[in-house]
Parts: sequence; structure tokens; C-alpha cells
Amino acid sequence: MSGESLHLVAHVGGCGVLIETARVDSVVDVDVLVPVPGTAPAVLGLAAMRSRVATVIDARRVLGLAPGAAPAPGPNARTRAVVTAVDGHLYAIAVDTLEDVARFEIEPMPAGLSAMSQVARGVAEGEGETLLALDLDRLIAAIDGPVNAKLTPGDANTSAPTNG
Amino acid sequence: MDDLLQEFIAETRETLEAISGEIIGWEAAPDDRARLDAIFRFVHTIKGSCGFLDLPRLTRLSHAAEDALSAVRDGRRAPDARLVTAILAIIDRIGEVVEAIDAGAALDDSGEDMLIAALDGAPPPGLIAIVDAADVVAPDHNAPAFRAAKRTVRLSVDLLDDMMSGVSDMVLARNQLARGLREQGDPRLEAMLERLTMTVDNLRDTVTRTRMQRIEMLFAPLPRLVRDVAAVVGKQVSLTIEGGDVELDREMIELLRDPLVHLVRNAIDHGIETMEARHAAGKPSAGVLKVSARQAGNLILIEIADDGAGIDTDRLVAKIGREQPHRQRQLAQLSDHDRAALVFEPGLSSRDEATSVSGRGVGMDVVKANVEQTGGRIQLLNRPGQGLTVSLEVPLTLAILNAVMVNAAGSRFALSRQVVEEIVAVDQSQVRVDRFGSSAMVVVRGQRLPLVNLERLLGRPESERLRLLAVVSVRAGRYALALDDVTDTQELVVKPAAPAVMRVGIFAGQMLPDDGQPLLLLDVAGIAERAGLSFEAVSEKAVEATAVEPVRALLFDDVDGVRRMIPADAVDRIERVGTTHVNLAAGTLWLTSDGRSVPVYDGAGAHRAEDVTTVLRLQLDDRELAYPVRTAIEIVPLPDELTPADAGAASGVALVDGRPVELLDPLRLLEAMGAAVGGERPLCLLHGGEGPWMEVFLRPTIEAAGYRAVRQLAPGEQARVALAMADDADPPVGTVIRLGRARGEGVYRYDRAALVAALQEMRA
Repeated sequence: MSGESLHLVAHVGGCGVLIETARVDSVVDVDVLVPVPGTAPAVLGLAAMRSRVATVIDARRVLGLAPGAAPAPGPNARTRAVVTAVDGHLYAIAVDTLEDVARFEIEPMPAGLSAMSQVARGVAEGEGETLLALDLDRLIAAIDGPVNAKLTPGDANTSAPTNG
Repeated sequence: MDDLLQEFIAETRETLEAISGEIIGWEAAPDDRARLDAIFRFVHTIKGSCGFLDLPRLTRLSHAAEDALSAVRDGRRAPDARLVTAILAIIDRIGEVVEAIDAGAALDDSGEDMLIAALDGAPPPGLIAIVDAADVVAPDHNAPAFRAAKRTVRLSVDLLDDMMSGVSDMVLARNQLARGLREQGDPRLEAMLERLTMTVDNLRDTVTRTRMQRIEMLFAPLPRLVRDVAAVVGKQVSLTIEGGDVELDREMIELLRDPLVHLVRNAIDHGIETMEARHAAGKPSAGVLKVSARQAGNLILIEIADDGAGIDTDRLVAKIGREQPHRQRQLAQLSDHDRAALVFEPGLSSRDEATSVSGRGVGMDVVKANVEQTGGRIQLLNRPGQGLTVSLEVPLTLAILNAVMVNAAGSRFALSRQVVEEIVAVDQSQVRVDRFGSSAMVVVRGQRLPLVNLERLLGRPESERLRLLAVVSVRAGRYALALDDVTDTQELVVKPAAPAVMRVGIFAGQMLPDDGQPLLLLDVAGIAERAGLSFEAVSEKAVEATAVEPVRALLFDDVDGVRRMIPADAVDRIERVGTTHVNLAAGTLWLTSDGRSVPVYDGAGAHRAEDVTTVLRLQLDDRELAYPVRTAIEIVPLPDELTPADAGAASGVALVDGRPVELLDPLRLLEAMGAAVGGERPLCLLHGGEGPWMEVFLRPTIEAAGYRAVRQLAPGEQARVALAMADDADPPVGTVIRLGRARGEGVYRYDRAALVAALQEMRA
């Protein structure tokens, strides 16, 4: 965390968040969403980014913030989203508003907020509020729910012997 | 073989470059386990590759280095500086030999013995230094001269991906442009667009091909490998290869090369028994090894099957139990399947001695890791005493699939055309759904199939009506998938979807069709799994029964009340018909269906249209026949005992449920009708200059009315009726229907009903 780096400032469910610009592919308005039945609620659907397909993620859900008025998937709901690539897959992370690009110095997460540090790299001081610096890799990994509850009973069975 | 050698050289060169850092790092920190492992894998791969490329010098060098490194890995030897130097000298030497092979130059092999001896730490350090100097320094000057011109270019996959997505962008832009231009309706622009379309399509094909390769590339070295390995271990092995024309992503082929070689070596070295053991077990002296590839939906399935001893799970468990006593209890609880899967544990070899062929347990765990790296799965079917089948299931990462676009559960999805056996429109009165708790089944054409409803699977309210069923096949069986609609088919590129989407377990990937709306490809195997369908028991029975696959016959009650049967394969479908679709013409009943007329068999006493309610549609080549029945009962295996009989259309009599039942011979049925079809169908002559137009537009109508449409009469033929335009100055003789170009003159040429009526009037 040495020095300042460029970040996008966005708001998600009323909270200010920072996204490293180095990781941002583009910022888009998603208008048509193809739903993916059966996925975690945080997956809003698929959207075409020119010839590529991005998985649209509801950041509010992943961050455990109030879902509020979730954008209804459909032709009229325009959702602003930040596009990024994680492990070769394209994701569009839906945010409420996108305000600014600025340099921030990221400070470590205050002790005691371990739940938040599952998806954040740290915090920074914004205009009258604390901004949460998102860790995109962990945010994507956390789509299915809280990170520490990820092992299903089945996984636990098969992985235990090899560790022993 | 030349290509392979070239590839081996390119690959080794690349790995050498990549590994040079590791080697230097290892020199600095000989205790670094990760580096040691990387170097070990490198020499192990070299050993594997040159074994089948017949490069004995490289084999010898890499085998020696592997031995020494293995001792370090097992902790039997400390990685002192002398050993590191010796290993490095060998790796350098490997590089030189590879360059020499590439340039076709001879390289003196003196000093190699010393290099290998140096590994044992026997010679004094001074000698090693001399060897080093002689063999490393001198060729270094020559190395650039050795390099021959490369015949291939190695591109990064990223670059190819960029190209792919660029072309896909272009296709989408082309589609938008096409839509825009169509609104303008300028023929000149459309012609230009046509050219663009062709070019773009060609380009897309080419770019896709740059990443696709036939799996033959992977299989080509196997015959040689099998021969050599079998010779080394003194066994006889006959190899069969199937499905070399399956196409796969090049990257995938690279990733599968090592696993496949390992598995084949293992099968010969560990699986297939010695000749004496085989004789004792009553097996033929030559072992059978079968390597096959096929595309199963969205997977490529590669199977390596041997008829050897299989995995001795007892010994395996005992060995692990000895080495890791704390696992005894857990080991004791494993199922047979899990016990066999223990071979995938790292650092395990079921052999106690390492051989020059299979190595020392770097095998299966590495194989598994490599296959999983491709996003694939590896599965074992272990039949102790009878053989082992290893299946590699690798996903189609970049395949172009013929996709059927369907609507189900309120969304649009794609199904691979390959897994769809048929799509059946559901006639509500004909299809019965039986529910048993959470499972359901449906009877399609006399066969009971499990029914899977996506809505139900996704825990949504289920719609009452069943509109369409897709009968889909998975590896072990078939089931029916309920659909709302089938909209289109398109050739589309499949790409893997994000993990969060794949985890649902019912999707195989995502596609982007021409309309720019993402589309999910359904994974029919995943759906079956999630729906709890299990075909296991059925499939095992099928394997045993393949040799005597029984002929199946459809049992039915005929219109005369007699129970008969007919080979099920001859029946294309069973159809309920309305009486309005059956008409009497020229002494024969005709069934009109899909705009064509099919003769109805009358040998069993169906002489009036009212007699025909349900028909069996028989089809052989282009000959068709509708066989009227009272009710179709079920499909039964045809009894082995068949008493020949020669009465009417029956070819024999067999006992079904204790009752003698006639078996109909479909060929005789068609033969009996053949004369009627050819001779008694009246001719309709399409007369005049407008003949071609009539043929295109009216022929289906004319044939549906029971005629045969011709544009010219053969000598001796006579037309029952002729069609001519009302303004035709030279009308034919005989009965003529005059077609008008406008309403009011003759029969208006686009008035189908009037034309049919006129034709039928002439025929009566």
C-alpha cells in the first residue's frame, strides 16, 4: 500500500467504494440483461460487451448491503457497471453511481472489521466519508456468499483425506 | 513424425528458456522444493517425450537426472553443490543435443558418460569442472549456427484470442449493417454486403481453425510408443485408435499430450499382464489397448481402455496404510470406486520399483492435475482382473457448435444439436406424464423416458402444459427435456462462462448469437445429474449385452383385430390421423401429411377412410408407407425363436407372452405397395413455358392431391390432367385446368383451395 494510485469512486447501496483504475476495462451502461436461472442472487445476468459476454454482478449483494430497489432485469433498466476481467472472465460490477477518478492512498482496514476485509483491500478518506477499496478478485470469489462459508459439506469430505 | 520432432524441439527450447531461471535459483538455494519440483518435471517430461520419439541419448541423460532428483525429493540425498552442478551440466547438454537435432548436425557424445557418472558423486570435483568446460563452453559458440529455420510460428494464445474477438465484433457489426441496409432496399449495396459477408465468414472460419486441430495430432505417435514400450517390458499389445477426426483447441491438445502418454505407458507397464499371466487368466496373449476420442455434447471424451489386470485396490490400500498408518481407519471405509481413485494421490506408485518406462508415481497425480488444468475431469472404471478404462472428459473451450436455440423456463437457451436426438411436438391427448414423487416419466413413441422440467429443476412454478419435448442423449442414456419452443439453429462459438454461472451445474458455456444477446448452452449431462437421473445400472447391463443386442419389435393390434409386430427400426413414427387426411384415390387410400401423399396399406382390411385412425409411418430410403393399426401396444425385444411363415406380409411367427404373433416384413409391405405407388398415381402435366414456375410453386399442392407432377410425358404415358396458363396459346390436348394470372380468369393460380378442388374433381 505504498503511495497513491488512481481509483474510481463509486457508490453502492449508499456506501462509497474505490475501484483501482488499473483493473478497470471500461465503464458501461448495461441495458439488456439475460438472466441466469439458478445462480447466486448476486449474479444479475449476462450482458454483451460488443463481442464478449460479461457476467453482471450486483455489488450490493456481495457486500451484504441493503439490496434496496434492485434494478429489474429487463430492457428498460439501465445499470451502470464497471467492467473488469478476473481469471480470464469478464465481469460487469453494477454500481448505483459513479462519481470521480482520483488518487487515493489506501490505508489498512481498521481492526475488527474482518467481515469487510473479505472483499476489501483497505479504506481511504473521501469527502466526509470513508471509502472502501474493493478487492475485485475477492469480490468475485465471494459471489456465492460469505467467503469463509464456501466449503460445502461435500467438498469437506473429499478434501479432508488428502490433507491428512 | 517429423512434425512431432519439430514440436518437441520447439517445446523443449521454450521450456529450457523458461526453466533457466529456476535452475539458477536452485543453484542459489538448493533446498527450495518448488524449484526442485519444476526441474524434476522438466526432465521427466523430456524423458517421456524422447522415449517415443526414439532419442536414446536424451532418454539416457534425462533418466539419469531424474533418478538423482528423485533421490533428493525423497530425502535420500542432500542437494549439495556438486549435484547441482552435475544436474545443470546435464540440462545444458540436453539443450545442446536438441539444437543439434534441429540443425541435423552430429554432436559428439563423448563425455556424456562422465556427465552421468558425475551425478553419483563418484568422480573428483576437478573432473566435473573439466567436463563442464569441454561440453558447455565449446558448443555455446556453435549454438547459433545450429539453429535451423523454423517452419512454424508459435503465437501467444492471447493474440489469437484478440483476433477471435475482433472477428466476432466484425460479424456483429456486419449483422447490424445488414439490418440497416435491408431497410433501405438498395440492391447495389446489398450485393456489396453479400461480398463482405462471404469474406467475413471465411475469415471467421480461418481464425477459428488457427486454434483448432484434429486430435489425430495427439494420437499419431501412439502406435510407435506402444510398440516400443511393449518391447521394453516384453509384452504383446494390440492398439486400436478411434475418432482421430475429432477437433480440439490446440492449447488443449498441448495440455493433453503428456497425460495421454503417461496413461498409455501405464496401461502397458502396469495394466496389461505378462504373457504367462494372461494365459493363466485365460486371456489371449496380446493385450488390447483401445484409445478413442469422441465428442459428447459439449465435452470431448478420450478413453484409454486396456484389458489388463486393472488396479489391485487391496495392494494399493495396504501400501498407503503402511506408509501413512494414521489413515488406516479412513482407508477402510472407502468404497471400491474411491479405493481405485487412490492412484491419484501424489507421490504414489503401485509398483515398488521404478522402471525406465513408467517412472515412479509422478504419473497419475500429475495426469490428474494436467487434465483438471484444462477444466476437465478424469474418471476410472476399474474392473479388477478385466482391465481399466480411464476417461478424460475435457470441455470444448472453443468449439463451434451447431446450436439449437430453445425457450424453456421463460428464458432462451441453446442445446448442442449433437445431443438432441429428436424434438417431439406434444399432442396433449397422446402424451401421458406419470409422476412418482419427485420424478416423472413420459412415454415417447412407446418408450418410457425420464422427464426433466427445467422450471421444476430450478424450483420455479411449473407450467401445466407440455408443448415440446427434446429427447436428449447423455453418455449413458436418454431423457426428455420439456421445452416451450424451438426458435432457431445457428453455428456458434462456445466459450466457458464465469465460475459463478458454471457452478449452477446445468450450463456448459456461453455463446453470442447474431442478435447480440448472450445465450447459455445447457449441459444435458449436468441437468441429468442435477435432476437425479442415474443411468449407471442400465449402462452396465448394456455393456455386457452389446454382443447380442436384441432386435426390437413394435407390438400392435391391427385393424382386423389380430395382434402383429414389426421391427421397430422400420417404424419412423406412430401418428394419429384425422379422417379428413385420408382420401381414396385410384383404388388406394392416401394419407396426406406435411404436404405429401403417402399410400396407406390395405392388406389387413382398411378399405375406407374411416378405418384409418392411427398409422405406423414406415420409411425405407425414400419409400414411404402408412400402416393403419388399431392401437400400438409396446416395444418388445424380438424373440430369438422365429418360425418362418409365408402368409401375406408376414415373414415369421414368434411367441410373445405365450401367444403366437405374426412378424411383418417391412420390405414386403413396401413391395406390395410399390406397384400402386408407381403405376396408379395419376399424372399431372405442367404445360407450357410456365412449367418451371408451376413445378416450384404448385408441385407440393399437386402431389398432396394424389398426383405425380411432370413437365414432360415419357413415351406411352398419359396425363390425367394438364395445367396450363389461361393465356397459353397452345394448350395441350385432354383435360386441362387453366390457371389465371388474376382472379376471375380460370383458376387463379395462387388459389390453392380452388386448385385442389379442381384436381380432385378431375381425379374422381
